[in-house]
Amino acid sequence: MTTETAPTHVGPPPPTGRRSLGRRILDGYLYGNTAVVTILAFLCALVFGAVLIAVADEATRKSLGYFFQHPTDTLSDAWRAISDGYSALFRGAVFNTDSLYSNGGIAVFGPISDTLVNAAPLILGGLSVAVAFRAGLFNIGVQGQLIMGAICAGYVGFTWHLPVGIHLIVALLAGIIGGAVWGGLVGYLKAKTGAHEVITTIMLNYVAVYLLGYLLGLNGFQAPNQTEATSPRILSTAKLPHLFGSLHSGLIIALIAAVLCWWLLSRSTLGFKLRAVGANPFAARTAGMHIERGYIVVMVISGALAGLVGCSQALGTRQVVTQDVDAGFGFDAITVALLGRGSPGGTVLAGLLFGAFRAGGVVMASQTHTPADVVSVIEPVIVLFIAAPALIRGLFRLRAARGGSVGQLAKGWNG
Amino acid sequence: MERLVSTPTIPVDEDEFVVSHEVVAVPVSRRRRIGIGVAFLLAGLITFFAWGIGARNGDAAFQVSQFGDKYQVPVMRFPGGAVAMIFGVFIVAIGVGQLVRPYGRTAMRWAVSITALLFVVAFLCWAGTGDPTNAISLTGLVANSVIASIPLILGALCGIVCERSGVINIAIEGQMLVGAFAGALFASAAHNLGIGLIASLAAGGLIAVLLAVFAIRYLVNQIVLGVVLNTFALGLTNLGYHSIMQSNPDHYNAVTTLPPIKIPLLADIPIIGSALFDVNIIVYITYGLIVAIDVALFRTRWGLRTRAVGEHPKAADTVGIKVNRTRYRNVIIGGLIAGLAGAFLTIGGSGQFNTNISSGKGFIALAAVIFGRWSPRGAIAAALLFGFTDQLQITLGIVGTPVTIPSAFLAMAPYLVTVFAVAGLVGRVQAPAADGEPYVKG
Repeated sequence: MTTETAPTHVGPPPPTGRRSLGRRILDGYLYGNTAVVTILAFLCALVFGAVLIAVADEATRKSLGYFFQHPTDTLSDAWRAISDGYSALFRGAVFNTDSLYSNGGIAVFGPISDTLVNAAPLILGGLSVAVAFRAGLFNIGVQGQLIMGAICAGYVGFTWHLPVGIHLIVALLAGIIGGAVWGGLVGYLKAKTGAHEVITTIMLNYVAVYLLGYLLGLNGFQAPNQTEATSPRILSTAKLPHLFGSLHSGLIIALIAAVLCWWLLSRSTLGFKLRAVGANPFAARTAGMHIERGYIVVMVISGALAGLVGCSQALGTRQVVTQDVDAGFGFDAITVALLGRGSPGGTVLAGLLFGAFRAGGVVMASQTHTPADVVSVIEPVIVLFIAAPALIRGLFRLRAARGGSVGQLAKGWNG
Repeated sequence: MERLVSTPTIPVDEDEFVVSHEVVAVPVSRRRRIGIGVAFLLAGLITFFAWGIGARNGDAAFQVSQFGDKYQVPVMRFPGGAVAMIFGVFIVAIGVGQLVRPYGRTAMRWAVSITALLFVVAFLCWAGTGDPTNAISLTGLVANSVIASIPLILGALCGIVCERSGVINIAIEGQMLVGAFAGALFASAAHNLGIGLIASLAAGGLIAVLLAVFAIRYLVNQIVLGVVLNTFALGLTNLGYHSIMQSNPDHYNAVTTLPPIKIPLLADIPIIGSALFDVNIIVYITYGLIVAIDVALFRTRWGLRTRAVGEHPKAADTVGIKVNRTRYRNVIIGGLIAGLAGAFLTIGGSGQFNTNISSGKGFIALAAVIFGRWSPRGAIAAALLFGFTDQLQITLGIVGTPVTIPSAFLAMAPYLVTVFAVAGLVGRVQAPAADGEPYVKG
């Protein structure tokens, strides 16, 4: 998203010419390049999260009551809560030292596989939002699209009987089509009537949620002899192959999708057209591009990617369709795309980070007194800081040269 | 509604003029004219065949008075199917009228309102014939609709105040949620509803400050910002709920709700009396706000400046209006209103906070703003419509319709209506011209 620059923070341009490595790193810091701002935003969000962990900790709150008698009590309680919380987060997301000596060391990969299994849908969903972003559309409808994908993929997965291999492919295709239709509908409405995609996607999210609820009460979709609203289990021929730990091959699909998206956006004619439509629809029209068709195409692609999130959930992680098949990935996808600045590579990294947060949050909630919700506060705060690079630069006294904040491409209501 | 700029009148037919409204009007195309007429006809035919012929024999019963009302009106009974058929004929007539000679702006508004009313009443008549022993309680339906509409109306007013000044507010949902949380927390901890109310306003206002600072000072894309703030508010209130409220629910999350205040004579009016005039203070404040904002936006200096800043900030700046100061003020006023909506959910309603208690009401309010084309009256009408359809499904669930409609489809109805409305009826909505664009001097 660096094609459009915010014209407001004009400083001296960074010095050019031959520089030593150390000088370049220093300049990178001083002139606040994207990576530095991202890292600083991440650190700021962690500090903010630390404050929340302390406040959420009951012991800390109690000792805060007599802060002026024993200030050290408060500080030590807070420090204990914060260090416990963050170390549990790390253990749950990356590496658990305890597991080295048990189970012959194989459990070392447990946390990583948990992270990756969460990262796969986040990457796919993030790509869905990012691709739409590049064409100037804001797809808040990943939730609805992934639900439609999960419904279609799940239905094929648990009712049809097909040979191994073919069954999985057909189920995936069904999920892709389900999402693509739901997303394409938004693009169609935008192209034909000008209905703003933010409103239609939000509304279609609710429609999908209620549709799922209705289907889960129907004969043929609800598992027989079940009182709960849950579908039958996915047949083994349609399951996404298992890799290791809790990880299934949804991650491979996500990575392939990321490469395809990169190719689409930066190497293909279609991608060029889509980016042109996003950057300036009027110019694109003048250049002879069909912007209405662009809206439909990009929403179909975006919906298809969201449909793959549904596949990953229904055929991989859950292997069953329930009312909460969305698991919050629909909205987290937006933050992932924003953190990834709308680029496929950035989205993969952001998806991995948020996947780690999700996996770690579960362990943190179970092993410490800190609720996993801390993580869901830290995530938007990171994005907020990254979206306002001027704020980070101001906080750290960085000289600013180049702008380009997140989402410069999304337009207001009239765009 | 007064016009901001004088715009030319554009002849459509030889004897028909369409006066444009704030933007230069596009002549109503022949295709669109016929489309609208056909839509009326379809509604009429559905009314006639589905609700009229499809009704069961027997009467539809409507209960007008509740037990304990001052004036007891007996249960009204009339043949549901016949009434629906008559209404269907009426709507078809309206449609034929549009096809023969298209309505002007005012006439169209009346035509749509009357059609909607007849359609809904006919639908109720049809539903009422399902089980004649079960009377539809009109009083209850109206009262519940009002209660369901209040947060939507407040949210929509918040949206209008922000967006008319040129700041897109998608964070209505988050502001409501935080308001609801703070209201419940502070009201129960302090055992004082007043403090809870103030805390709600303050919390909604705080999110609004974040919105304003990031949007106006740091020029962050406002749609992105709103979505992020919603996530932030959801995470924050979930955290507060799990770490503070659940540790001691009796102390931190148990509110005695705001008492209803009865206005002596008005509250005795049948059907609407107790629904509108035997309610808690927040509802009365809402009435005040509706009138105040509708008048202020079009009749006061503040309103003129707000609209000027939202439509053409540069022009406003040139004549000495402080653009960004106006925007800060409006966004924060909006936040206070959304906080009040949040208060209505906890201390004005259930008395308890639950995670995600606003459950999308802020988004519906946003849809109402767009549906109502950024005008207070339109948005409030849309909010009432959403509130009504929301409650209708509950009423129908109790009464039982001739053909069972799955409750999920009734629950979907308001959202589908919005999609159709935004796509079809409203067409290309025209937001305030500078909505969503940060203003940088120079």
